[in-house]
Amino acid sequence: MGRIGAFKQVARAEAPERDPGLRVGDLREFVGTLPLTELREQASRCMECGVPFCHNGCPLGNLIPDWNDLVYRDSWREALDQLHRTNNFPELTGRLCPAPCEAACVLEIEEGNAVAIKQVERAIVDRGWDEGWIVPRPPARLTGRSVAIVGSGPSGLACAQQLARAGERVVVYERDEAAGGLVRFGVPEFKIEKHLVERRVDQLRAEGVELRLGVEVTSLEELAEYDAVVLAVGARVPRDLPVPGRELDGVRFAMEYLYDRQRRTGAISAAGKHVVVVGGGDTGADCVGHAHREGAASVTQIELVGEPPASRPDDLTPWPAWPMKLRTSYALKEGGERDFSVSTTHLSGAGRVERIHWQRNSGRPPFEPVPGTEEEHPADLVLLAMGFTGPEPGLVEQAGGGVFVTGDARRGQSLIVWAIAEGRRTADEVRAYLDDAFVSVADAGRAKYTAAR
Amino acid sequence: MRGAQGLYDPAYEHDSCGVGFVARLDGAASHETVTRSLTVLANMEHRGAAGADADTGDGAGILTQLPDGLLRATAGFPLPPRGRYGVAVCFLPQLASRRRELEALLEGAVAGEGQSLLGWRDVPVRRREAGATAQLHAPVIRQLFVGAADGLDADAFERKLYVVRRVAERAAGRDLVVPSCSARTIVYKGMLSAPQLPRYFPDLGDERFATAVALVHSRFSTNTFPSWELAHPYRLIAHNGEINTLRGNVNWIRARESQLASELFGDDLAKVLPVIRPGGSDTAMLDNVLELLVLAGRSLPHALMMMVPEAYRGRPDVPEELLGFYRFHECLTEAWDGPAAIAFTDGTLVGATLDRNGLRPGRFIETTDGWVVLASEAGVLDVPASQVRRKGRLQPGRLFLVDLAQGRIVPDAEAKAGVAARRPYGEWFARRHVRLADLPRREPRPLAEPLRRLQLAFGYTQEDMKVMLAPLAANGEEAVGSMGNDTPLAVLSDRRPLLYSYFKQLFAQVTNPPIDPIREAIVMSKATLVGAERNLLDESPEHARQLVIDDPVLRDEELESLRQVSTGLFRAQTLDFTWPVAEGVEGLEHALERLHAEADEALAGGANVLVLSDRAVGRERVAMPSLLATSSVHHHLVRAGTRLQAGLVVESGEPRSVQSVATLIGYGASAVNPYLMLATVRDLVPRDDAERRAIAAVSKGLLKTISKMGISTLSSYCGAQVFEAVGLSAELVERHFTGTPSRIGGIGLAELAEGALARHARAYPERDELLPVVGLYAWRRGGEHHQWNPDTIALLQHAVRGGGRPTYQQFAATVNADSARRSTLRGLLRFRERDPIPLDEVEPAAEIVKRFSTGAMSLGSLSREAHETLAVAMNRIGGRSNTGEGGEDPERFGDERRSRIKQVASGRFGVNIDYLANADELQIKMAQGAKPGEGGQLPGHKVDPYIASIRFTTPGVGLISPPPHHDIYSIEDLKQLIYDLRCANPVARVSVKLVAEVGVGTIAAGVAKCGADHVLVSGHDGGTGASPISSILHAGIPWEIGLAETQQTLVLNGLRSRIFVQTDGQLKTGRDVVVAALLGADEMGFATAPLIATGCVMMRACHLNTCPVGVATQDPELRRRFRGKPEHVVEYFFHVADDVREIMASLGIARFDDLVGRVDLLEADEALSHWRTRGIDLTHLLRAPDVPAGTPLRRTEAQASPLQGALDHRLIAAGGGTFAVRNTDRTVGGLLSHHVTRHGLREERRYELHGSAGQSFGAWLAPGLELTLVGDANDYVGKGLSGGVLALRPAEDAAFRAEENVIAGNTVLYGATAGRAFFRGLAGERFAVRNSGASAVVEGVGDHGCEYMTGGRVVVIGPTGRNFAAGMSGGLVYVLDLDAAACNTQTVGLEPLDARDEETVRGLLVEHAARTGSTVASALLASWAPARFTKVLPHDYRAVLDQPLSAGGIGFVTRETEGAAA
Repeated sequence: MGRIGAFKQVARAEAPERDPGLRVGDLREFVGTLPLTELREQASRCMECGVPFCHNGCPLGNLIPDWNDLVYRDSWREALDQLHRTNNFPELTGRLCPAPCEAACVLEIEEGNAVAIKQVERAIVDRGWDEGWIVPRPPARLTGRSVAIVGSGPSGLACAQQLARAGERVVVYERDEAAGGLVRFGVPEFKIEKHLVERRVDQLRAEGVELRLGVEVTSLEELAEYDAVVLAVGARVPRDLPVPGRELDGVRFAMEYLYDRQRRTGAISAAGKHVVVVGGGDTGADCVGHAHREGAASVTQIELVGEPPASRPDDLTPWPAWPMKLRTSYALKEGGERDFSVSTTHLSGAGRVERIHWQRNSGRPPFEPVPGTEEEHPADLVLLAMGFTGPEPGLVEQAGGGVFVTGDARRGQSLIVWAIAEGRRTADEVRAYLDDAFVSVADAGRAKYTAAR
Repeated sequence: MRGAQGLYDPAYEHDSCGVGFVARLDGAASHETVTRSLTVLANMEHRGAAGADADTGDGAGILTQLPDGLLRATAGFPLPPRGRYGVAVCFLPQLASRRRELEALLEGAVAGEGQSLLGWRDVPVRRREAGATAQLHAPVIRQLFVGAADGLDADAFERKLYVVRRVAERAAGRDLVVPSCSARTIVYKGMLSAPQLPRYFPDLGDERFATAVALVHSRFSTNTFPSWELAHPYRLIAHNGEINTLRGNVNWIRARESQLASELFGDDLAKVLPVIRPGGSDTAMLDNVLELLVLAGRSLPHALMMMVPEAYRGRPDVPEELLGFYRFHECLTEAWDGPAAIAFTDGTLVGATLDRNGLRPGRFIETTDGWVVLASEAGVLDVPASQVRRKGRLQPGRLFLVDLAQGRIVPDAEAKAGVAARRPYGEWFARRHVRLADLPRREPRPLAEPLRRLQLAFGYTQEDMKVMLAPLAANGEEAVGSMGNDTPLAVLSDRRPLLYSYFKQLFAQVTNPPIDPIREAIVMSKATLVGAERNLLDESPEHARQLVIDDPVLRDEELESLRQVSTGLFRAQTLDFTWPVAEGVEGLEHALERLHAEADEALAGGANVLVLSDRAVGRERVAMPSLLATSSVHHHLVRAGTRLQAGLVVESGEPRSVQSVATLIGYGASAVNPYLMLATVRDLVPRDDAERRAIAAVSKGLLKTISKMGISTLSSYCGAQVFEAVGLSAELVERHFTGTPSRIGGIGLAELAEGALARHARAYPERDELLPVVGLYAWRRGGEHHQWNPDTIALLQHAVRGGGRPTYQQFAATVNADSARRSTLRGLLRFRERDPIPLDEVEPAAEIVKRFSTGAMSLGSLSREAHETLAVAMNRIGGRSNTGEGGEDPERFGDERRSRIKQVASGRFGVNIDYLANADELQIKMAQGAKPGEGGQLPGHKVDPYIASIRFTTPGVGLISPPPHHDIYSIEDLKQLIYDLRCANPVARVSVKLVAEVGVGTIAAGVAKCGADHVLVSGHDGGTGASPISSILHAGIPWEIGLAETQQTLVLNGLRSRIFVQTDGQLKTGRDVVVAALLGADEMGFATAPLIATGCVMMRACHLNTCPVGVATQDPELRRRFRGKPEHVVEYFFHVADDVREIMASLGIARFDDLVGRVDLLEADEALSHWRTRGIDLTHLLRAPDVPAGTPLRRTEAQASPLQGALDHRLIAAGGGTFAVRNTDRTVGGLLSHHVTRHGLREERRYELHGSAGQSFGAWLAPGLELTLVGDANDYVGKGLSGGVLALRPAEDAAFRAEENVIAGNTVLYGATAGRAFFRGLAGERFAVRNSGASAVVEGVGDHGCEYMTGGRVVVIGPTGRNFAAGMSGGLVYVLDLDAAACNTQTVGLEPLDARDEETVRGLLVEHAARTGSTVASALLASWAPARFTKVLPHDYRAVLDQPLSAGGIGFVTRETEGAAA
């Protein structure tokens, strides 16, 4: 259980970040991890609580106390086993998860003191790759059943890996040219370098997962040969901004911009422009980050809701809930402005957007405008990062009877941990469905005890 | 006697009492012996008890020589000469027709055995002298006179009389009782009180009734269905105490019956079997066996030395021959383990003995005119000091023996030497026994499958590795946890727990003390024997043919040695208890049958060691639970009568914890080879001695487990079945765990088989390499359910921090839904549909919350902030908070931070007259839910100046709470402590805290009869304290069962009206409260929930002092983080009360009083299916006691005060002076101390008392008070001495030397905090136990002197017994001519005196000489030789003396601190 009392002696240390002024000059990852010895010190702060709220706060149910303790004891390989037990892709979550676990950490009752869980997680898996501990784990034998998965985002891939390792034949259909979904195309390179994603995809392939890239599935009939189908198509319909001037050139959805930056086609560029990002979330921040790296003339991020308090509001979101408090994104640390309680009223320009017009609001629903607060700002590129309304229509309506929906497509846009958790759960459901539907394991004598397990 | 009903079962009744005898050394029979013995009895009346009907005693009786003169004069028919006739005293039914049948039966038996029938005498009785209940059940008492057949010698005639009795008893059944049937002795006894006995039986007042010896007894039974039969004495003995190992002893005796043979009995032996008459008490059963041993040719001392041997291991002072005797006889029988004081007589030999622990008092005097008097107390007969030749006491394991034929007292050593020299026992043993350690070494067998695969197959979990096994191997200790157990009972778990977890360890509370296996290691033994046993009634070298195993946990190579043993004397056979997976569930039944058959064959083939093995586990074979295999074979062989032909050894991959090994041994295994656990440990912990440490840790845990039950030897624990099964079907238990209580039904073989197959299936197909995570000790998602989980904790905290009623309701719904689904027994119940009433008719919440209290959590376990927050909250709502064991800051006495309940626990920390006088309720903690039967320890580094000041100890000095209260070894002792507390505070109510286990109801009844106002039945699952994990998980049972049993027993006894009943254990919501009320609770306790309201997050690190929320820590930095407020707790309790009101309204009940005991409003929730499929049956739980309508179901009347007539009233009134005192004057000075404390009187008062003082002389004596006792005193002198001065000396004209005779009993100065005490004479066992501040001088002490002492000064100018200074952590002791070998140096060092010490010793000796006239002290002072003294200095204390803690801290400084710092 860590080192008794270490949480009093050792302060929480944040993950090291490259200097904001320097990092905007390239696309490399800017967040690192502390040296392993220091991370062991950080892990020693974990007390392995009798009721580990972190483990509950984690959608995946990561066995955080267990691997923290193993890291403290310098048993990294065992820690990796425990990490992989609940999480297929810790190198993704270790970089991209906002870490609700840390918000729920018992030490976070004294705000700002949580164990550096996310950093430890990332260090475990990075070391696992570095040491060559992470190898394909193909199944001992195949069941003879087959599953098609549509979509290769984190939920689809997690589902694929779980099923493949259980001996199902898995085929993943992906309409993009590479696997990974939003992690591959939506999240900037400087948050996660894409070779990391490729490395995982290679592992999946080695475990028997077949990937059909650049193939768009439009009808389930195309997948009739499979015993089950999983739709992991995400929630890709973006929320729009229905204001006058929306139709002007230079008003784009955030994801279009991010995809374009990843593909480097240069179709949408922020270079030298006044960029306004509408929406205060992570996607918006990523737009801000890219805009800096492109050399925008100015970057402004505006947010509909009011400015949250600086520290955890105990009346609204008491520990261990996710605190509704002010957070400053990495991107804003690199520069740019932000503003709260802002309602966009219209966009103006001649064919191309030139200005954005807004008005202050009450800061909370129904966001009543405050008279006399109208403002206008220059805007050459307006990026709409206001979330997603749900999956694209077509396939998901056909779920049921061996067709499963998972991930954002099922629960709406969410965190990557949720996506992986969804994929894993769906894999279990698929297997249960297949067990019910088919005479399963060859060893019939033991079948019912297997089921009882 | 009533039969079993609901959860009440008469099998769990206990009794205890006062016992004594009077004998003429010259063997001259006289009537005076009778009158004197009756006086003895009358003067011990306070040790007995009465039931609901105050006139009916629990039982009294007398055993004497046959009063030939009286019988000859009154028989009405001629009698043969003395010795040629015997008398059978018969209790016959009132119903004349049945009586005549039984009489005919008896007459037939006499004729059948060839003896002559002389006639019947009606024993005259005065019916009206007995109490109403007693009269109702009174038998017709007749004496049957039997003439000896010609040619029979006296012994043979005595045997024939025994056969006659057994033949008649067997034929008659339960309604014939023959209290005695002998040509030598006779018994008069009944359901009477001591004074009623002679009034009821005019014979006893008849001058013609003459005897040279009279053994008397008055009984205190925990129940109120005392029967006439169960009064003592029995035929040979009267007994004060308890036989803890009874179930095992009875099983083994039954097993031995098939091979009993006796030349003396010949064919008659078959007629007397079974040896043990069913339905008897432990004493009756002991008597049954003793009687057979004696009649079959052993002397009475011999038989007692076999059955109740002293602790002989590791003792240099035991002579070789005697050592040989004990070793040899251990091969014949396991010990009947006490605590027991047994007085015995066969008419010629009379005596008494204590078991090895010596936990019962016994005092004797020999007079100059030829009388010997022994009794549980001194002073029961008025003998002037000038006529006393000798005063002594019974000592642990010692025999006090009077031989009337020889006319002298035979010293212990001589008596034992005589017995030991009968045969060359030592030589026999040495020649025939084999030590396992001496067998040739064999290669250990490698694992047949990969380690991980076997771990999976045996259901190992990740936590087993980390929480159980790693600490065993790394630290040599079982892991410690905190905050109780909130997981489901095994039977309610969805995770198919291993069979071990269905068994709950029993533990000692009230009627028998647990033992401290660490500090009192001298009485413990973990050696076991394996081999065939032989005829118990014979003795030969062959009897010693046993394999001695020093440690029951065998390494692989030891098991191989055993398996391949080839000495010619032993033959081991291995029996496989796996079965083919392909046979599925049904295979288990076949496998058991096969196993039984193979065991039979093996025995027939001459095997005498059966190794039950699951080494054959593999892809195709699955192991049955090892406990099932073991117990099933054990009971099969017992039934077959072949059990003694072989020992059982278990070789299994399954056991991996203290609990698993304990259950295996408890169900018949002599040794266990947990091969997979050992392999795992070797793999897990990379150190050479990992295996050795793990084995040592398990052994240590085993000793702790057996000592919880007061059992000291593992061989007596073997097969003793001291477990209660919770969740096993009656059929399963009846067949395979015969005799184990199992009261709510549960799973059977099929479910066990399914569990085994499911675990097996984890390992094959060979897929998942990681062990499963189960979340048993700490919550894990998807793992075992915990009632306290992130959701419930967060909801409760949010509810009292702004969330309000809606959030509370969400909390309650989550808890109740969960509970209902899977977690608790109460979750399986629902309220019956009733017509509701409007909510506003229900009594207000403000009234309901007054029934709530918070749990006993000490300041020390909790931070000062948390402790005071709870206290303030409870005072604001009119509820009660509890100090816990750790005292209270006097600053809090007067304000709202005061805890209304002041706890009195075994360590007595902080307990002095101020503390007691400032309570509204005094709670005696007999056990705590987290670790019933265990003591506690607060390491020195946690004892900061504030904590130390409140506990009256020294900062930095570790504190030990002993497992037992050293003033409660039995129920009458509890009665005495209650009396002591009443004296200390006559207005406080007195409560006794118990933990639920089978039989708790009868204990509660005993508590009610002791005069307590309140009894708390705690569930096993609550408990916040730190404790070994096996205790948290495996000791005690849910409160639902314990409470229901308590309610049923109290109501059946007519005692419920006298006593409040409270329950606690994971109560959380209004629903929990209402269920508790309906099952019989007036009040409810909460601990975890209010703590969570203050901010506890169930870190479960209370024992680490690192609580991050400042609740359970003394770290000032962490304490600052505490954010709890009294308002949080108040709000929580009001939410609960509002919740209660809503349920009351729905039940149509307006007053809470009307809920209590209304079990008819509950029913099993048929809508939930999972429990029924597991065979759970709640019928007994929901049974309404079968009593007349209108019988109170709740507390309706106050207990009668016992304090009228106390001597102290006169002492208070007089303000000083001289008074006579006798043993019935108890707790002299107690009320007086209360009086001066209450009224703040600071003046000095001096009293001189003459005579023998009763127990607890000078208890709690307040500063300014001085008591001088001229005479002697009983146990507990100066208990809790709080500043007063005591001096005890014999009368000037005493005919004995003071320094060689006993002046005070056992457990003197227990928990004394201040003051001085001087004893001119010897004191008994445990002098100055847990003394934390008093100074004393004594002229000699018994065993365990100064045990657990934490402060004060003691000077011993005479002998010390064994185990001196055990567990002593503070204070200083100076001993004259110390026998260093008798000192327990675990925690102390021995040094010469320095100048300051000399000053201390001289000063105390000067005062001693002045106050007592001690000639020893005068002589020492006259020729001062400090070199003769040794200073006993605790290591902890030395460290503090060397480097005093900074005097910082918050509190004040105690006397001790001043002394230490000076």
